[in-house]
Amino acid sequence: MTLTPVLTDTWDKDRSWRLATYERAGGYAGLKKALRMEPGEIVQAVKDSGLRGRGGAGFPTGMKWGFLPPPDGGPRYLVVNADESEPGTCKDIPLMLASPQHLIEGVAITSYAIGCDHAFIYVRGEVLHVYRRLLNAVEEAYRAGYLGKNIQGSGFDLDITVHAGAGAYICGEETALLDSLEGLRGQPRLKPPFPAVAGLYARPTVVNNVESIASVPAIVANGADWFASMGTEKSQGHGLFSLSGHVTRPGQYEAPLGITLRELLDLAGGIRAGHELKFWTPGGSSTPIFTADHLDTPLDYESVGAAGSMLGTRALQIFDETVCVVRAVSRWTDFYAHESCGKCTPCREGTYWLKQVLHRIEAGEGVDGDLDLLLDLCDNILGKAFCALGDGATSPITSSVQLFRDEYQAHIDGHGCPFDPSASALFPYTPKTRTPGALAGAGAGGHR
Amino acid sequence: MTAEPVETPTTKTRYDAETLASLTADATQIMARYPDPRSGLLPMLHLVQSVDGYVSRDGILFCAEMLGITAAEVSAVATFYTQYKRRPNGTYTVGVCTNTLCAVMGGDAIFDELSEHLGVGHDETTPDGAITLERVECNAACDYAPVVMVNWEFFDNQTPESATALADKLILGEDVVPTRGAASVCSFKQMSRVLAGFPDGRADEGVGAGEPTLAGLTVARERGWTAPAAPAADAADGATGQTSPPVGTPGSSAERTPTTAPDTSVGKDKKSGEDAK
Repeated sequence: MTLTPVLTDTWDKDRSWRLATYERAGGYAGLKKALRMEPGEIVQAVKDSGLRGRGGAGFPTGMKWGFLPPPDGGPRYLVVNADESEPGTCKDIPLMLASPQHLIEGVAITSYAIGCDHAFIYVRGEVLHVYRRLLNAVEEAYRAGYLGKNIQGSGFDLDITVHAGAGAYICGEETALLDSLEGLRGQPRLKPPFPAVAGLYARPTVVNNVESIASVPAIVANGADWFASMGTEKSQGHGLFSLSGHVTRPGQYEAPLGITLRELLDLAGGIRAGHELKFWTPGGSSTPIFTADHLDTPLDYESVGAAGSMLGTRALQIFDETVCVVRAVSRWTDFYAHESCGKCTPCREGTYWLKQVLHRIEAGEGVDGDLDLLLDLCDNILGKAFCALGDGATSPITSSVQLFRDEYQAHIDGHGCPFDPSASALFPYTPKTRTPGALAGAGAGGHR
Repeated sequence: MTAEPVETPTTKTRYDAETLASLTADATQIMARYPDPRSGLLPMLHLVQSVDGYVSRDGILFCAEMLGITAAEVSAVATFYTQYKRRPNGTYTVGVCTNTLCAVMGGDAIFDELSEHLGVGHDETTPDGAITLERVECNAACDYAPVVMVNWEFFDNQTPESATALADKLILGEDVVPTRGAASVCSFKQMSRVLAGFPDGRADEGVGAGEPTLAGLTVARERGWTAPAAPAADAADGATGQTSPPVGTPGSSAERTPTTAPDTSVGKDKKSGEDAK
């Protein structure tokens, strides 16, 4: 399978982030064409293309748009989820740094299609230069008449507000994002009502991921069939696959859905020299881990699901045989405990317990029964938490205990970690002796 | 509801008139960006940090007053987000990613080295006020691991040596250059002002992408791979318009159920003012 640069195609150009660069590469042809179409036709084209949400859940994008109730004369909103924070996920941030106009054009087309005249881009606050580039891109688009009043003489008006968050993973959950955008603590809302019915300011709202929206211009310009000619029957189109970790050439690989890790590793120069694949995540830390047994699993929504994980955000974090799975999972668990918003008990208390049990196993102080305790705790979170963050926290634990139970047990039986952490690093170093409490602050819990 | 709250000095901000005037002007501009001014609270808290270097008591009172909400409501929000500081922050936040992937690739070693070198732990500031050291969570640069952020600019592919050299420069007040970001790192206060939505004119500085960002594109260029060609212009029109059968055939626009609401409630068929009846 060959790579298919669509979103990445302009990234190697000089000053790739400028509007002029984007226009020279054919940018805004999609918007010009869209403005001559009926809004309903655009929604239909996106439905026909098979585009599914690129933010992790994989919900069909056009169908999401179609859930908006008929216009009632009041405002409707598009909110772009640019709060990319899932561990391992690193595609939207480089996209917005290299080519923010892809997103802005997508926002303009989508807004026209759903009848929105004020769209928001919610970008995480911890990426200063990306925020600068987005603000600048919006300004450039206004000056060129792609935003503002009577866009390209069509009578369509659109304003975009780029909003910086302030550090909270949970705001990537769409309803928490909306609360945050309303100036509140970012905590998820009870669904239903779904945002399509009562979203931002309780008005009909579409919330879409950056990559989903950035994929819209080419779908409109080149047609639904063009998009659907890439990928598999049910997982259509191109997607950014982000390889990181112990791989020779980590980075962004834009390929049709359905490519395999074996193929991607081949393009990326393989696992780092002298080492072999131990485990990997197909779509971020919230997706159950895979091993070398899954090298040939097609990376599409159905195949990854059938193999027991989720395609998620195509964040392929690659770990070789030097990595202690307990250390890896324990650190992800610190993250979930730290980022739990505290709204629901299973997640707030459960992640805190998980963290403590994993810490003691990692430190060689685990006791027999701890693995069953971990699994029991996971059972009390999965499906009982208020939002997907709680479910996600259990994925690395349950999957790794299933695949590497002996390694966990070795920490308990051997009263310590059998791995040398320096062997996993990219540089030689002598690990410092950690005093008790040296990890204090590593996900010490809560937003402080 | 019946009596005005008694104003005591403790509920008033202590900003001088000039500071208060400029804060008020900026906050007013922020609130105007949103259909509901309350949406401006997050940028306003960034704004407060751009003046005070943290979310101060005065800053909380200021936001409360501007938005007509209580100081408790503002505090509830300020304490939820990790970027809002409750104590004066250093001029530079040095954040070492110690989430799993960066940690195993060397982030743990970098943090330990920096912590020992600077003599401070997580969320602590050096005595000279130059650096606040933090463990940070995944910052969406995993293909550049291990990553260090300085005032939320990317310093990619770090080692303990490069990170301590970086910290030394910051302490000496020398410019440091992010791998992907502006030409130099601005101060915490300047950064906070940008995050409040006031551009500093530096968007064109720095690179568009680093090597890993272009890894796949580079392979595609080498091998001559491209996405499928776009169909010819008229064919493309046909492709997106394929759900609309030609006029006159069964299922054509004349017979199809409209997918969008009719526009006729306004416009040429109606007399002006008819809606008002």
